[in-house]
Formats: sequence, C-alpha cells, structure tokens
Amino acid sequence: MTVSQTRFLTALLDPAAPVPDGLVDASGQPAAARFNVYRNNVVVSLRDAICVGFPIVTRLLGQENMDGIARMFVRAHPPSSPLLMHYGAEFPDFLSGLPQLSHRGFLPDVARLELALRHAYHAADAAGLDPAALADTQSEALLRSRVTLAPGVSVLRSDWPVYDIWRFNTQPDAAKPRHVAQDVLITRPEFDPAPNLLPPGGATWIAALIDGETVGSALDMAQRDCPDFDLTTCLALLLSGNALTSLARKD
Amino acid sequence: MPDSAKPPNHLPDAPGVGYKPRHFGDILKQPHPVAWLEIHAENYMGDGGRPLAQLRALSERFPISVHGVGLSIGGEAPLDAEHLARLKRLVSWLNPASFSEHLAWSTHGAEFMNDLLPLPYTQETLGRVADHIDQVQIALGRQMLLENPSSYLAFDESTFCETDFLAELCRRTGCGLLLDVNNVFVSATNLGMEPHDYVDAYPIDQIGEIHVGGHDAETDRHGAPLLIDSHAHPVAEPVWDLLGHVLARSGPKPVLVEWDNDVPEWPVLRSEAECAAAALAVVSA
Repeated sequence: MTVSQTRFLTALLDPAAPVPDGLVDASGQPAAARFNVYRNNVVVSLRDAICVGFPIVTRLLGQENMDGIARMFVRAHPPSSPLLMHYGAEFPDFLSGLPQLSHRGFLPDVARLELALRHAYHAADAAGLDPAALADTQSEALLRSRVTLAPGVSVLRSDWPVYDIWRFNTQPDAAKPRHVAQDVLITRPEFDPAPNLLPPGGATWIAALIDGETVGSALDMAQRDCPDFDLTTCLALLLSGNALTSLARKD
Repeated sequence: MPDSAKPPNHLPDAPGVGYKPRHFGDILKQPHPVAWLEIHAENYMGDGGRPLAQLRALSERFPISVHGVGLSIGGEAPLDAEHLARLKRLVSWLNPASFSEHLAWSTHGAEFMNDLLPLPYTQETLGRVADHIDQVQIALGRQMLLENPSSYLAFDESTFCETDFLAELCRRTGCGLLLDVNNVFVSATNLGMEPHDYVDAYPIDQIGEIHVGGHDAETDRHGAPLLIDSHAHPVAEPVWDLLGHVLARSGPKPVLVEWDNDVPEWPVLRSEAECAAAALAVVSA
C-alpha cells in the first residue's frame, strides 16, 4: 500500500481521520499510536509559534486558554510558508470571529499590535534622517517635501486603549488601561521595535505621508480631522524613532 | 556530481553548538570549547534587524553552518522555487562553512507543517530526492549535507534500508551526509533495531558533520519504548556512547550539540560541548 503525502497530511491535521494503511511500528503492526507522535509534533510546534508570536495576547488569555485557541487556529490556518516569523497574520481576525471572546473585543487589536511589532523586528535596516538636517530646512520648504518612512514603520488605529494595554503588560508600574480609543505608531529606533502613543490627528498625518502626500497636504488632512493637530510632536516622534529616512522637495 | 556542487564543506573537526540569540553575549565572551556555530536558515530570512546583525557579528568570529529546516527535500511536489531563492540569497551573503538539510518533507500543497515528516525508501522516492538535491547543489553552487531523520514509524512499501538509501543518494548526487547520532538512537529504539548496526552499515566516509541532542523517553500504549526527538534535554548517556562508536569508525569530525527547546543558560550548553570535545579527544590522540 502506497502512502501518498496527501493522505499523510490529511490524517495529520484531522485527529478524527483514520491513520493511513501502510504505516507500521516496530512489530510490523499498523502504526496508529506512532502516527499520533507526528500529529502532536505538528500541532504543538505551531501552537507554540503562535504563543511566542503573541506574548501579550497569551498573557491576557492565560496560557491554558491561549493553548486551546492557538490549537484551533493552527488547524484552521496552517502556515503557507516555511518562514514562521510571518506566521499568524490571520490570527487577529480569527480572534474576532470567536464568540467566546466577544466580551474581550480589544484582543484582536492587541494581536494586530503584536504583528506590527514582529514585522518591525524583521524589517530591513534603514538609517534615520539626522534631525539637524531638518532643523536647517525652512518650514515652507518642509511643507512642500515628501518623506520616506523606514520599512518597519506602521500605524495602528484602534477603538481600544491598545497602547495602554501594551504598557500595562510589559512595563512595571504602568497605569491600568481606561476605555479610550488609541492610535499607535510603531517604530524601530535601533533593533527593538517600539510602540508610541499618537496624539489626535497623528495617525491621519502619518497615513497620508505613507501614501506619498507632502508634509503640507498631510498636515491639511490631519487638521481637518483634528483642528488642534500638533505637527511638532508628531515630527519629533518620527525623528526619535529613526522612522524618517529621506526628505525630498516636491518637484 | 556537477562542478557547481563545490566547494565542499569545511567546518572544523571540533565541537559546535546550535546558536540561540539568548547566548549572543556569552558566546563572544566565553566560547571555549565551541569552535563553530549552526543556525537554522529560516530564522535568518527576514529583511534585517537584530537577527542578521548578530549573525554578521558571529560570522566574523566563527565558522557558520547553515542548517535548513523548511526546504522539504523529500516532498512529492517540486521544490519551492521562492524558498530556494531565499536560501541562495542567505548563502551568497553569508558564505557559510557548510549547508545541510533533512531527508524529510514538511510542505505539501499550500501547507507547511513545521515538522520533519517521513518518506518511504523506494526507487521512486530515491529518484525524486536525488533530483531535489541536484537542484539545491546547482542553485547554491556547493555541496550539501543530508541529515538522517528521527522516525516513529516505518513504511510497508519501503524497499531500501535507510543507510543504503543515503549511500545511494551520495553516489548519485555527490552530496555529503550529516549523521545525527541522536536520531539514529531514537529511530532504532522506536523501530526495534540495534543502533550500532545502523552505524556499522552507514556510509561513514560521507560524513561532513555529526549532530547530538537530547530526546524525551516515553512508553507507547502497547508498553513499547517511544523516544521523541525533542532537543529539550542534555544528550543521553547511550547517545554519547554511540557517538564514541561513530568517531572510532570515522575519526575526528565536526560535532554539533543541538538544544532547541527549553534552552538552558550558556554554561549548561557549554558543558555539553565539553563532553563532545572529550569524545573527540579520544580519537584525536
């Protein structure tokens, strides 16, 4: 009896499926129990990859709950690439779809933040712009410029206090999160990714910069969203996070 | 063997360890007796950041062995061209002392299982694996080493024993072998064979590298011993004994200690490397 890899794999992912004929143990008997070693290895190694990739979600759920949810996820979404550093992109949406977690609506955004931090960790290296170069730029010229952001930089907009939840679970003495909406800028100053709380309008401004708008037109969009938008603070956040890699006058 | 499948591997005949980022500082301060390091290729296929910066720094001090765990050389499907291209990029950038992969499969269709799954040893699988090895050696422009798997079951359809299958792959492709002594012990125990017989039948001249590592010991529901290749413990005593038997046949070789789960503090891993150094000293004298 030939055991194709399709048959092997089908039985591997479905614990209720029969073990393929043609697999034998030391005594030449059908290897049902031994096949379970592979079943277990696969699910446990992928489950662990999810737990390691989402440490704050794991902490919030507790290890035992997280193990169970990660097992369900692994069976529903096995990885499509040998690069496990990218595994789990569907995890936030998967959490949103679980009725048993509907009372903890913040979890998917916490998972999105953890994905963004992981993405930043592996992103290409890029030298940040020297703040002195910006100090020499006339504000008129600055407004007409386009900027390039470092590859790991991203913005997460949330209806939940994701930044405070991150702080509360990673920093000693952080205040308990209150229910407010928060936008987060993810930067990587050197090798360690860092979430930064964005002031109102900041997410609109940076999203517009990422879309290729000039500093000035991004500013207009941010001010339409939020009349008190503070350009200086947001620019300082980008500079201190090594998030700006170039500045070019619009032609 | 195609001319492009050169140069051969050149790790030192000395102890190495599997590199874990938590040991970065300790390795640079206190490496002895560790003379070389092995990395899992897939962990260094990101675009940048700390993993590649650490690897660059380590490669200035140590010979590096790149050990792939995701190429699925034993897969029924063609090799993943995108993954092979990523591997080529890493190997070209790093120019490591060695590249190795497994006699196993992990990808089928669109799914990657993150485990080293077994294949039957038949004429058909022999031809397919040999083709895949040729393809890898041509793409990388160097010889590769192929590692024997840990087995928990066997295929009724197999017509080769594993040692003959490996020997024939070397003959057809010019690849070398990575002998994982722990895998020999685990497979032999699980399949009711004698590990020394495996070593005695093994194409010993093809060894470019040796692995030792820890396993879990269980009992299956029929009361038979079941060993799991967990890399989460010190190397077991009978595995060190088996290493001695291998080295007595092969002479000094690069010996790697693998510890991938529940990774200990550096001094614990270093003391495992001391044991490998002691085993090598016996045959170097």
